[in-house]
Amino acid sequence: MSKLGIIINGLIKENPTFVLLLGMCPTLGTTSSAINGMSMGLATMAVLICSNFVISCIKNLIPDKVHIPCYIVVIAGFVTVVQLLIKAYAPAVDEKLGLFIPLIVVNCIVLGRAESFAAKNTPIDSACDGIGIGLGFTCALTLIGLCRELLGAGTAFGFAVYPEQFGALTFVLAPGAFITLGFLVAIFNKLTAKK
Amino acid sequence: MAKLENSTKNMVLSLTVITVVVGALLGYVSSITAEPIAQAAANKQSAAIAAVVPGDGNEISEPETVTTANGEPAEIFTVMNGGKFVGKAVKAVSKNGFGGKIVVMFGFDAEGNILGYSVLDCSNETPGLGAKMPDWFQKGQKGDVIGKNPGKNNLTVSKDGGEVDAITAATISSRAFLDALAQAYGVYSGSDVATSASKQNKEAEASANETCEADSCAQKCLTE
Repeated sequence: MSKLGIIINGLIKENPTFVLLLGMCPTLGTTSSAINGMSMGLATMAVLICSNFVISCIKNLIPDKVHIPCYIVVIAGFVTVVQLLIKAYAPAVDEKLGLFIPLIVVNCIVLGRAESFAAKNTPIDSACDGIGIGLGFTCALTLIGLCRELLGAGTAFGFAVYPEQFGALTFVLAPGAFITLGFLVAIFNKLTAKK
Repeated sequence: MAKLENSTKNMVLSLTVITVVVGALLGYVSSITAEPIAQAAANKQSAAIAAVVPGDGNEISEPETVTTANGEPAEIFTVMNGGKFVGKAVKAVSKNGFGGKIVVMFGFDAEGNILGYSVLDCSNETPGLGAKMPDWFQKGQKGDVIGKNPGKNNLTVSKDGGEVDAITAATISSRAFLDALAQAYGVYSGSDVATSASKQNKEAEASANETCEADSCAQKCLTE
């Protein structure tokens, strides 16, 4: 598979949110606005690219019986690095995402890709897979965030589209996350379904 | 290269090497980000103080940590301008928010009037309801508390007989906010620079007592 093919595969055919339905906790928790969803997606993407690349490099040095602890140590290391960098250089993002950044460690997308892709492919292909899956996750979260923000608060990326009092507050709260996700998954599957 | 076999030696060795390398990486990143993180926290604090005690060229004192009446820690910053007392900023905590803790910075002038406030943390409040806190109580908004004096005005929500309009559908968050305000005012009026303010409070209290007495007198008359 070509490098571009791997990226497209992660973005559409194996989109982590709309097709694989992985990583639902941050998907539902952080998408109260488009910006929040996008920040979370980008943070996850950074971790995915680094962890996929490194795990693919060291996959032959790790005995099978201890491969999960080794992968988790690598992933947790990168998550902490990303968290420290966000805290230092983007404190506003840190305030919004809070607990969800350290929780990337247990995001099943990251460990899932390490197991199913990075452990079997070359480092460069694995990094491309990280980019593809990461982009897919980022786009999905941004889209969910945008829908919720638009329907709930009447803004898009913080810009007012219509007055706030006409928005349905439910969409910013937890139930809106489930409703939006359900409709978007349905639409995505309708569009990509084989005729 | 073939995969390493599952011998105890290999397992221990690979885990040890990986954890040591990751640990070293974390140590390095932590050492280069420690300063920017502290800087960001300090900036946030001074921005909040500047927002609650307005004015150019203010000098902010080191924080004085005290305990409020409900046992929470609070920090008092004295703001001076060219040797003149401008006001005090008090960082107070209330644990009675809808989802737990809220942290608010309040600014008071020498008389105890509220100069301004800045919500530092209301991340546990419901978005769209309690999380409206940073705007709701500002000047010109529905729950305006700016310029009022907790020693003279009854700053509780109207449901509890006070004069502040609670955030629509978020009475608990509003109560928590006013609780933090009461805590902040409590430690503010207990600190030394505010002597003039506490004197005025005593006067206010005294006059309040008088009206109470007058009331009870009237009641007596009625019962008689």
